Amino acid sequence: MKPLPGTAPTGGGASLALGRVFRPGALGRGVYVGFCALVLVFLIAPILVIVPLSFNAEPYFTFTEGMLRLDPDAYSLRWYREIAENEVWTRSLVNSLIVGVSATLLATALGTLAALGLASPAMPARRVAMSLLISPMITPVIISAAGMFFFYSSIGLGQTHLGLILAHTALGIPFVVITVTATLSGFDSNLTRAAASLGAGPLYAFRRVQLPLIAPGVVSGALFAFATSFDEVVVVLFMAGIEQRTIPRQMWAGIREQISPAILAVATFLIVFATVLLAVVAWLQRRGGE
Amino acid sequence: MSAGGRGRLRALGLVLPLLLFILVTFVAPLATMLVRSVHEPVVADALPATVAALAEWDGESPPPEAAYEAAARELAAAREDRTLGRVAGAVNRVRSGLRGVLTRSARSLGGVTEGPWRGVMEGIDDAWADPATWHAIRETGRRFTSRHYLNALDMRRLPDGSVARQPEERRIYLPLLRRTLMVSAAITVLCLLLGYPVAHLIAHAPERRANVLLALVLIPFWTSLLVRTTAWIVLLQTQGVINDVLVTLGLVGEDGRISMIYNMTGTVIAMTHVLLPFMVLPLYSVMRAIPRQYMNAASSLGATPAQAFLRVYWPQTLPGVGAGSLLVFILAIGYYITPALVGGSSGQLISNMVAYHMQTSLNWGLAAALGGILLAGVLVLYLVYDRLVGVERLSLG
Repeated sequence: MKPLPGTAPTGGGASLALGRVFRPGALGRGVYVGFCALVLVFLIAPILVIVPLSFNAEPYFTFTEGMLRLDPDAYSLRWYREIAENEVWTRSLVNSLIVGVSATLLATALGTLAALGLASPAMPARRVAMSLLISPMITPVIISAAGMFFFYSSIGLGQTHLGLILAHTALGIPFVVITVTATLSGFDSNLTRAAASLGAGPLYAFRRVQLPLIAPGVVSGALFAFATSFDEVVVVLFMAGIEQRTIPRQMWAGIREQISPAILAVATFLIVFATVLLAVVAWLQRRGGE
Repeated sequence: MSAGGRGRLRALGLVLPLLLFILVTFVAPLATMLVRSVHEPVVADALPATVAALAEWDGESPPPEAAYEAAARELAAAREDRTLGRVAGAVNRVRSGLRGVLTRSARSLGGVTEGPWRGVMEGIDDAWADPATWHAIRETGRRFTSRHYLNALDMRRLPDGSVARQPEERRIYLPLLRRTLMVSAAITVLCLLLGYPVAHLIAHAPERRANVLLALVLIPFWTSLLVRTTAWIVLLQTQGVINDVLVTLGLVGEDGRISMIYNMTGTVIAMTHVLLPFMVLPLYSVMRAIPRQYMNAASSLGATPAQAFLRVYWPQTLPGVGAGSLLVFILAIGYYITPALVGGSSGQLISNMVAYHMQTSLNWGLAAALGGILLAGVLVLYLVYDRLVGVERLSLG
């Protein structure tokens, strides 16, 4: 993409218009950039505030005087130690990983296959199928959770890992379908035809030609699905027993009862995790775009 | 078979596994919930003879002796097989106070073997002489019922079968629904006002700077919802960071700390923060595609910046405005987590009421009906979105 010079509604080559008025451009542009800066601060600052507070040596979740003086004694790793040593947190991390990884694998496999079908011009009722597959993303999660609670307990999957995995797979599928179909829309189907004409079977052509090219989309979709499961709390709240408690469920309990800086340590861990995921997806998208 | 037919079959074969999976793991649960909103067989199953005996009753004179006898035997039996609690709960939701009447009566009836039953039951509790008690049993005895939906719309069925609105002071759900719509609309407008300039700035910045600015939008987008909500609690609570700063600066006194959280203000601030990226991203992708020559052309033809913006730029961004606003509004009306954590008692939305009836009052039929109404609203908006924008163009940043 070619870089565009910076421009505002009043910007650049508006010399004719500007000449008539007493430089409204500079003031207007200042207000506009200042406003945007404030909005961006509003977006990012709450997240950044969490990070230093998680190193608080005191059990408060506001800045102490020592922290403001940058006194090293005011900072500590005690909350990180506390969560690392607390079996409740480590067990919920294991649960989050079991559910998240299983749901991601299932959603990615089924979702990629479906996206291949959806990308085909021969697919009948494409639009209906697509809106059905994306509906878990749009349906208010409290409704999904209530329905899943009724349904999964009626078939004996309430309070089981399997039930939770199936539920989280359903919630992750839209992300896989969206990212993979988006990648496939840029895929040149002549490539598979060329492979076929050179004697490759459909499976071989898919594995050696198509899959490597759409891999960035598949991996992005998988990461989205994993992030969805890893952050999901409402379905867990309704469906999970003590044995299936995940990290978000544990955070939920912590926020409702009393926020201790231990929660902020977990939150910081999740912020770092999200940033890494984002960086990977951005890198994949750039690779996919080339 | 023709080549086209084979292609169709192949495409369908690829999509079918996932369609079946979604039907079982997602659509079936929603269907179960919708069935629950109209189907409540608890009383019909436990008191079948009583319900049958009441079918012929005129509703005003005392019910037939057969009804008293059936009720006496079936209540005692329900107590034996432990379904009484659910039966009493269901009846109690139609007429409060009857839970105690039913459980007390069932306990006292355990040893009684002979009638006349009307005398026996009215001796146990006066409520059995009141036709309203029998109305409640007859009403809950219907297997398929509209009462949860009536209840969810602040209406009720009168003894003569007609439908009336609840008295003013007992209307809960319609005002809450209205509040949910108003708050969601307000949040959508806020997101548009905050998001439009930012999307514009990012869309027309040099690429390297645009990437940095975009990251400032995407990091919150990717960060756990619970983390973002926690962050707002840390910032906004009375002993929180913002109040501390205000006190330190002397802008407010120590006892003048502002309550910005655990009320509607908290809900609106935190939800705007959570949903803002959903507005910025579609706007950004639309704006990026607008050639800057258009604005230059407008200016060189003598348009003022305001005219050029209103007549040339803004109309071209309307698809993004529509997509972003619809998405934010759809997500806002179903929001649960943020209001539950930062909304206090005044900042709750309709989803929170669904959760309340699921988890606390255990009135699952009503929870399902409220969910059904919310689901219908979201589906309509989703169809509009699909028509106007196309679901396949949902962007994920």
